[in-house]
Order: sequence, then structure tokens, then C-alpha cells
Amino acid sequence: MSGHSTYNPSNGFTRWLDARLPILRLGHDTAVSYPVPKNLNYWWTFGGVLTFMLVAQIITGVVLAMHYVPTTAGAFASVEHIMRDVNYGWVLRYTHANGASMFFIAVYIHMFRGLYYGSYKAPREVLWILGCLIYLLMMATAFFGYVLPWGQMSFWGATVITNLFGAIPVVGQSIATWLWGGFAIGDPTLNRFFSLHYLFPFLIAGVVILHIWALHVTGQNNPAGVEVKNKDQDTVPFTPYATVKDAFGLSVFLIMFAYFVFFAPNSLGDVENYVVAQPLKTPLHIVPEWYLLPFYAILRAVPSKIGGVMLMFGAIAVLFVLPWLDTSKVRSARFRPLFKQIFWLHLVVCIVLGWCGSQMPDKVLFSVGDIGFTVTYLARILAFYYFFHFLVLFPLLGLIERPKPVPESIAASVLGGKSAAAKA
Amino acid sequence: MKMKMIQKLSIAVAFATVTAGAALLPVSAAHAEGAEAHFPHLNWSFNGPFGTFDRSQLRRGYKVYKEVCSNCHSMEFMHFRNLAEPGGPEFTEAQVKAIAAGYQVQDGPDQSGEMFERPGKPQDAFPSPFPNEEAAAAALGAAPPDLSLIAKAREGGADYIHALLTGYRDAPAGVKVPNGGHYNPVFVAGNGFIAMPPPLADGQVDYDDGTPNTVDQMATDVAAFLTWTAEPKLEARHRLGFQVLIYLIALSGLLFFATRKVWSDQH
Amino acid sequence: MADIHAVEPTRRDFLYVATGAFAAVGVGAAVWPLIDQMNPDASVLALASIELDIGSVPVGQEITVKWRGKPVFVRHRSEEEIKAAEDVDITTLRDPQTDDARLKKGVDGKLEKQWLILIGICTHLGCVPLAYKGEYDGYFCPCHGSVYDTSGRIRQGPAPLNLAVPPYEFVSDTKIKIG
Repeated sequence: MSGHSTYNPSNGFTRWLDARLPILRLGHDTAVSYPVPKNLNYWWTFGGVLTFMLVAQIITGVVLAMHYVPTTAGAFASVEHIMRDVNYGWVLRYTHANGASMFFIAVYIHMFRGLYYGSYKAPREVLWILGCLIYLLMMATAFFGYVLPWGQMSFWGATVITNLFGAIPVVGQSIATWLWGGFAIGDPTLNRFFSLHYLFPFLIAGVVILHIWALHVTGQNNPAGVEVKNKDQDTVPFTPYATVKDAFGLSVFLIMFAYFVFFAPNSLGDVENYVVAQPLKTPLHIVPEWYLLPFYAILRAVPSKIGGVMLMFGAIAVLFVLPWLDTSKVRSARFRPLFKQIFWLHLVVCIVLGWCGSQMPDKVLFSVGDIGFTVTYLARILAFYYFFHFLVLFPLLGLIERPKPVPESIAASVLGGKSAAAKA
Repeated sequence: MKMKMIQKLSIAVAFATVTAGAALLPVSAAHAEGAEAHFPHLNWSFNGPFGTFDRSQLRRGYKVYKEVCSNCHSMEFMHFRNLAEPGGPEFTEAQVKAIAAGYQVQDGPDQSGEMFERPGKPQDAFPSPFPNEEAAAAALGAAPPDLSLIAKAREGGADYIHALLTGYRDAPAGVKVPNGGHYNPVFVAGNGFIAMPPPLADGQVDYDDGTPNTVDQMATDVAAFLTWTAEPKLEARHRLGFQVLIYLIALSGLLFFATRKVWSDQH
Repeated sequence: MADIHAVEPTRRDFLYVATGAFAAVGVGAAVWPLIDQMNPDASVLALASIELDIGSVPVGQEITVKWRGKPVFVRHRSEEEIKAAEDVDITTLRDPQTDDARLKKGVDGKLEKQWLILIGICTHLGCVPLAYKGEYDGYFCPCHGSVYDTSGRIRQGPAPLNLAVPPYEFVSDTKIKIG
């Protein structure tokens, strides 16, 4: 919560600086004395993990950009040059490529945490919207970045997605041409995607600053979903309590990251991207990176091209208005038995939708008589549920559900029993 | 407090594993396009987190590439100097100089503006059998892919390469082999017909270390060699990875105790 | 597990200090690749030394080759050039050096006096001097008039130092390795 600053500059220099640019005060208020609910669980460490990942991606990206060549003739070879000749180039490349996946694993955990505990609800609507904006920028950044190695999947994935803009009536083709800088993905496209890929993370950083600012105005949500009533009883200062806990969470996360980078660096990618882009030869199976698969499944599920585009963007757009869709007075799913169940259902739906996105659309899963139940049918059912979940169940559940009794305060929830324990 | 943290940790790890597992599932399933070829997973020396290359195998594999494959397949990302680098076949500098000098490489222009040929040097790239893809396709019917990254560009890697090279057999009765094609059920991309004729025959390449030069052995050795050309830093990666993981586990341990200590005055 | 709820500040502090130090070591180790990646990579280092066949350079002539992006003069000196270089009183030189000090021994252990190998960059402001020009038939730099002798030593003009000798060695009587 924004209270007044307790920072006290201790020596002459810090007093002098504080009177001219209170940056140390800002740092102190934001990360030292800032009050944090004392009942936060480890799902709350992912904000810190995400900040680390953004910095890591920027640093490895800037360093890779010292060696990368953004031309169709030179891009693929420059990446191989990095992998083979540049000192530690292979570490930097694998860290950056797997870092993108780690970034998305962390952001999905972070978002689902928000969904479960009602962190999107008043007064944190703007915080949630800023987060959705960061997510959108992340997806754009990842899309631009995947084109850069100029493999088969880079080229064809970009072709499919930019062609979607052509579906927009009247202006679609002009927009596609404008995006390409030509009549198909080519040198102008690659060069501008490189420029935008370098730019967007700094836009993300700007929105992250707003996101953290918005967070500090309202204060963190917590697993009980009850607001802080008494600062001394309900909260602890960020340093050392949250600092050390975030560091621990980050350290464990880095173990998973390091496992991928050093022992399974290509497991999350596509073998097809180790073949240089061939504009005249389409790969059998065009698939985006795993973190975009659920939206890809929704896109393909709709029989009409423009319909698919609208529903795909709609699936992201619906997230922005969640605060107004949920009618419940109770925040945390811990005390909302029905909501808790559909939360898990929704999570499974998202994962299976992602799986659908990776499969051939007309692959038959099982047959009933002579009707084959294809991946597309499944994707349609799941996509329907996705929208039903937000547009119908969110408003409905708040009205018909009988929530469990909510604790009096955070302090009460922590002292008053085992409910402060890990209950995902 | 301890129970709770471990519970939370295991949920977090489980979640991450599920996510990663869900991510992995699509990737391997996605490439079982249409027909699937099943081939054995061999016991490669470079398998697993502690895997390393077998130097003599890499040298034999290089000989197979040099004497058989390089007649049609380029390897544009390899340079002769790579053959002496640690983690690979580890030829000596002198051996690499000799290998390179055995090739004529184009250089220039000279003072009169002409391109000329000169013996290869360690810094040169492996020369390509054809100047470009069009020439290769004109000469052979279809352009053979570059082999630098082939082990990473095909599902199954070394296992697939070995299976492909040993997979040629007579077409079953009633199956018509198209013109210019050869029956190889491992090649699902071409529905069992591949433009490359069987490249290996028993006794084709002389091995100076006495290893029997059967088709299977040559296929195994060249598959290992191609894995190295695709991942020359594999050994360094495993080594550094082990160190990094040990470090992070130790750091996590320290931070675990530090976190407990900091929070010990709360509940 | 030992009872961690120790009261002694020293034990608690030790854990924090140890953790902080351990983390700092990790950060340092992680920073090194970020710095090292800017160092010359393997493909550049492969060109860091070159082998040169000098057998075809006739007496009284020189060739220029590129080494590490710089020009290198390889001069096959005649007897007159060698004598002219040796007859100089080095106390009169701006950058005193004997001719012998600027030459290397061949594979037979004897100084290869006929081979003068220099980095072709004027020590004044970096132009490439012209061979067999200037009063001593050594080198003449057209930019600001520096004159070098048949050992590449500065004799007239603004350059402060003699033309540099690159690191090289004789691999055989007719082959040198520079760098």
C-alpha cells in the first residue's frame, strides 16, 4: 500500500543525493520497506522470476545482436557462426532461445495464479490490464524473434501469421504488403522484425514499470483474498522477507532453466527450424512455438479465415475485461468451491487446446461408426468452453455460488489454522 | 512450516514438469506425420547428460563422409580447423593441415582480377561438391541436403540417420518403385521412396583401426560424426551444464535455509 | 537436520554471508561469457597466423601480404641493401636498433639477413609507406614525408619509431609463419 516513505538517508552523500534525485528513496520504498502480506505462497515468487527473465533475455539478446546478421542470405549462417565460433556463443544462443520458453512458463504460472486468487478483481483491474498488455507484447516479441534464425519454421510461421492480416476485409491485403515490405516475407521483413524484436522488450520494460507501480498502489493480493487491514499484523517488509524468498524461488526456477539449456536445448523447439528457409518448399507441418499453440488451435478451429482471426485475438482480448466479467464478491478460489473446480477445468482445457494446436487438424482421434472425431472437432469444443468459461461462467458463478466463509484478516488466516498452507 | 514449503515446492515442480511435459508431447507427436517409421534407439556414447563422443568413431565417421557422402553432400558450416578442436575427432594440427591441403580451394581475385585455385588451409570451409543447389539438382535429379546440421534437422537424429542408411531393401511384391526412387521404408517424408541410391556397401571404406567395415558399422560411425558436426559443443555443454546444475542446487540449498531463517520469526 | 533456530547472531549471519558470497560467485561466473563473447572468435583466430611461401620472391624485390587486417612487407634484400643497413651508426638513429635485432634466425640457426619482414604501417599516423623510395631506397611515406632505410628504421620525417617487426618464424628455408 502506498504509505509515506520511511527512508532515512544515513550519511552526507545520501542526504545530498536524496535532495536532488530521490532514487535511493524510491529503491528503499519499492524493495526494502514496502509491506508485503505475510501469507503469500510460492506462486507469488513468479513476478520476481519474470523480472529476472526479462533482464536475462535483454542481456543475452543484446549480446547475440553483436553477431547476428539480419539478411536472408546471412541470418541462418550467422546463427551457426554464433553456435560454432563465437566464444560461449552456444551458451548465449541456447540461453536466449530456451529463455523465451522459460519466460512463457513463468508468465502462464503468474497469470493462472492471478486467475485462481482473483488478483484481477477490484481494485487491481489496471494492474491486470497492464499485465495482459505485457503478455501481448511478449507474444509479439517472441513472434518476431522466432523469424530471425531464418529456418523453415521461421519463414513459414511468419508467412501464415502475416497472411492472416490479409483476411481483414478491404484493407487486409494492403496491411499484409505493408508488413512485408514486399509481396511475401523477404529481406525487408526480416530486417524490420529484427529492429522490432530489439525494441519491444524495452516497451515491455516500460509497461512492467507501470505494472509494478500499479501493484504498489493497491498492494499485493494474497491467497486468502482479504485486503490488508493492519500493516504491522498482516504484512512484513519486502526486504528481507520477500527478497530472500523470491531469490529461493528464482534459484529453483533456474535449475529447470539450466536443465533445458544444457541437457535438452532443442526439446522445446522444432527440428524443421534447423533447415534453412526455402520459400518454394512448404514443410509438411507448420507449427508455432509451444506457448502460442492454444491460440493457434483456436485460429484453426474456426472454418472461416476472418472468423478464426477474430476468435484468436478475441481469446486474448477477453482477458482484458475479466475484472468486469466476474461478479463474485469473494476474491480467492480458496473460498469458492465451484469456481475452484472450473479453474482446474479451464487449465486442462488450455493445455489440451495447446496439444490440439500441435496436431494435424484432420487427424482422427477415434471413430464413432464412420464419423471420425478429429482434432478440429476437439479444438472446437475446447475453444467453445474457453469463451463459455469467461463470458458465461464468470458472471454466473458469482451469482449462484455459495462461498466458504472468508477469514477476518490476513493475520487471522495465518494464525487461525492450517489454511495458510499450500493449497493449490 | 517445513511441510508447507516442501508441499508448495513439489506442486511448483509438478506444475513445471506438467507444463514442460505438455510442451514436449506436442513436439514429438507433431512429427509423426502420417506414416510413422519405427527404428531402434541405439546406445550412442553421446547419449545422456554425461555423454561424450568416441574419438575413433568420429574419425571413422569422417572418413565415411569424406570418401562417400561428400561426393554429393556439402557441409558448408564445417571448416577443416574444426577437425582439430577439442570435443571432436581431435585430429592433430599437422593432420588437419594435410587433410586441408588435399583439396583445391577457390581463392582470389588475384592482381589481374582472376579467381584461382590453391591448396586448402585449416581456415577454409569443407569444399562443396557443387557450386550451388541448382547445379546439384541438375546433376543428380534432386539437390542433396547439406549435412552440417542434418542430425538436428531430422526427428530421431543419429538413430534416424543410421536407420535410413541401413533401411534400403527390396520393395515388397506389388509395390511400384517410381523412376529415380529407391525403396526405403524409413524415409517417411517420401512415403518410402528416396532419391538417394543406397550409398553404403560392405567393405566400401577402409578403416585403419581395424574396425570391421560393414554397412551397419559405417552407418553408425557416420551418424555419430554427423551428430558431432551438428553439435560440436556437445561435450563442453554437458560439462558446463553439470557444473551449473551442481552450483544451482547448492545455491538453492543455501537460499532454502536462509529463507527459513529469515521467516523463522513469523508464524 | 540441525536445529537452525539458533540464537547466536554469528551462526545466522554466517549463513547470510555465505549465501551472498556464493550468489556473487555465480553472478561473476555468469558475467564472464558475456564479456568473452566480444573477444576474437574462432574464425578470426584461425586467420591470426598465416604461413607464407617466400621462395618465389626474387632478390631485390618485395611482396605485401595481409595479416590480421594489416599489410606486411616481405623484402628479399640484396647484398647492397644488407650492407647499407649494417653500416649505419645506430647512435645517430632516432629509434636506435641494430639491423640484426630486426631479423630472425632460419631453421639452420643462422640469421636470415636477406629477409626483412615488417608491418607496413607508418609509425607516425598510420599510412602505408611506399617501397624502394626515399633517400635510402628503403621506404617513403607520402603522407607526411617519413623516410625509412633498408632495415625499415626511421631516418627522416615525423615518424617516431622504426617500422614494426611482426612476430614470425622460419618454418623452412622458404616458408615463414607470421603470428
